[in-house]
Amino acid sequence: MAVKRRLLDGNSAAALAMQMARVQVAAMYPITPQSPIAEAMSEFAAQGSYPKKFMRVESEHSALSAAVGACLVGARAGTATSSVGLALMHEVLGVASGVRAPIVMPVVNRALAAPWSLWADHQDAMAERDSGWLQLYVENVQEVFDSVLMAYKIAEDPRVLLPIMVCQDGFFVSHNSEAVAVPAQEVVDAFLPPYEPKNAYLDPASPLVIDDLTPPTLFTELRYQQKEAFANALTVIEEVGAEYGRLTGRTYGLVEEYRLADAETALVVLGSVAGTMKGLVDERRALGERLGLLRIRSFRPFPAAKIRAALTGRKRVLVFDRSAGLGSDTAPLFTEVKAALAGLSPAPQLFGYVAGLGGRDVMPATLARALAAAEKGSGQGVSAWIDVNQAEVGGEKEC
Amino acid sequence: MLKVESPAKHLMAHGISTCAGCSMELAARYLLKAAGPQSIVVIPPGCAALLSGFGAETVVKVPVFQGNLENTAAYAAGIRAGLEVLGKEGINVVGFAGDGATVDIGLQALSAAFERGDHILYVCYDNEAYMNTGIQGSASTFPDAWTTTTPAGKEGLGKNMLEIAAAHRIPYAATASAGYVNDLARKLTAAVQAAREKGPAYLHISTPCPTGWRFDPALTIAVAKAAVQTRAWNLVEVVDGDWRLTVEVKDPKPIGEYLRLQGRFRALTPEQEAKLQQLVDSEYEKLLAHLK
Ligand code: SF4
Repeated sequence: MAVKRRLLDGNSAAALAMQMARVQVAAMYPITPQSPIAEAMSEFAAQGSYPKKFMRVESEHSALSAAVGACLVGARAGTATSSVGLALMHEVLGVASGVRAPIVMPVVNRALAAPWSLWADHQDAMAERDSGWLQLYVENVQEVFDSVLMAYKIAEDPRVLLPIMVCQDGFFVSHNSEAVAVPAQEVVDAFLPPYEPKNAYLDPASPLVIDDLTPPTLFTELRYQQKEAFANALTVIEEVGAEYGRLTGRTYGLVEEYRLADAETALVVLGSVAGTMKGLVDERRALGERLGLLRIRSFRPFPAAKIRAALTGRKRVLVFDRSAGLGSDTAPLFTEVKAALAGLSPAPQLFGYVAGLGGRDVMPATLARALAAAEKGSGQGVSAWIDVNQAEVGGEKEC
Repeated sequence: MLKVESPAKHLMAHGISTCAGCSMELAARYLLKAAGPQSIVVIPPGCAALLSGFGAETVVKVPVFQGNLENTAAYAAGIRAGLEVLGKEGINVVGFAGDGATVDIGLQALSAAFERGDHILYVCYDNEAYMNTGIQGSASTFPDAWTTTTPAGKEGLGKNMLEIAAAHRIPYAATASAGYVNDLARKLTAAVQAAREKGPAYLHISTPCPTGWRFDPALTIAVAKAAVQTRAWNLVEVVDGDWRLTVEVKDPKPIGEYLRLQGRFRALTPEQEAKLQQLVDSEYEKLLAHLK
């Protein structure tokens, strides 16, 4: 099987995967750090490749609107965004999921203003966690490429028919180059047949009104169907991940376990910081400590049963959030993990940490401090902010 | 169960739930007639959403997507792009939106579709307020008119959408009126053709609203005609940059003959009326300057 190795960063991997998925319409608006995806897709279109049509729209709101329109007449469609661009799409995100348009959207995670920040932070995507989109969070460039391809297959599965975000951390992944194994186009084509609309679509030969005013009873029924689709996605994500594994040797699931089997302490995380944490796990393992990692790939649907099974029997579980979760005792990922583990007996001690906001480095030393604190058992059940030093911004508190 | 005795002859059922005397409905019928069954229509929430229907029922026989208030043009552009890449030819893509969804919140997406040259027909039915939410003022509300958010009369002159559309140098832009249906029908046909062959086409139709403008539903056409005959609304066509009047009103009636037909100008003072007369006169002068 022809496999090429290509040096790609996260943005170019997302764009290449969309091209190889034969995305027919791409509507995109540039935003840092996503802009190279829009540039690459426009370049592909200019060369006569896929996408067949690149739409240079005037906003992210219109980008997603155009993608929905294209999808509803039967074209495979995509867009990409980041941060405030994702926030601007908010209204249309709900439309895309409500009309069951299987759009794939690479999201390059970046902090939401204010204050302005260009760097990695999951608050943009977390703010959309109830928008009805599937959300996969990836660790590295290879996984960006593989996940965007798999995302089309997952989204278009008749059991799912939901749009999907493939979330990569701004700069840490989007601008970091790695050697990526790229399968041959024939392999991709066999894996991903052309898109055919299977549900609601706009065709004068078979007129249909999509998204008209809906009475309360029907509304509830339609929402319930979306809920069922999320439940189905738990199965479909694993099936597609296994099929992709048979074709490429890289198998993906809902979560990734790293040296977790006999771990006493488990780190739980989303996204690229898993790389740093795997290094830490290796170091500690060398010292004889039983440390392991659970990386959650699918945040929507949230694989609660999988997580519960993976964390059963651990002495302590440390959950790291790259989003603030303002006003809540627990940041978003920790909230969900805590709920998934509720009632477990024996119950692990649960610790939450907010780290790496606005692209701040999560250093091994920071993780070591969190681990040391957890070993003392302090701060259970709430998300503690680590590495905060208020002296840096003129505040008084130093900790 | 209600038995419908006569089937709809065209693409829209009769007996639909717009208010009595609604001229948006009239405009929609002419639009669907001109566009024909090979069409896909995007309609934002607003009065025209009554055409999309409710639950499992609709009143139109063409596919419709009900979008959001501000992105009718973007949805239509995406639909056109999808049809294009799939090689599906001969389908008209039409946006049908009110003044709020066009002149106010929808202007950005519309401007972008114009600028990209997307082959879509965009029709604005202008009832001069947010009628579906209860007569709130829009950028298209006539100066000094009462609405629920301009209780003392609307300030400001509003936007000249025809000039805005024409300034994008699109192949076809025109105004029309529900009171002049032959002119309307001809322009709709021209606009459909322009959108197919050349690029974006824009039609802005004055559609008096008995509910919001406070007049007897029997007077809809009379009010629409009065707007034109007083030059409060001018019938113009801009084809490839060339402006022309399609209905020339040689001997205009005083503006009061239009204003006094409607309850929304009830509180108008003689001074305000004189000012509005000056306004329509000067706007007409500016329009004539385009005709050279
Ligand atoms: S409020 Fe006016 S525009 Fe809306 S349906 Fe009634 S008459 Fe027509």
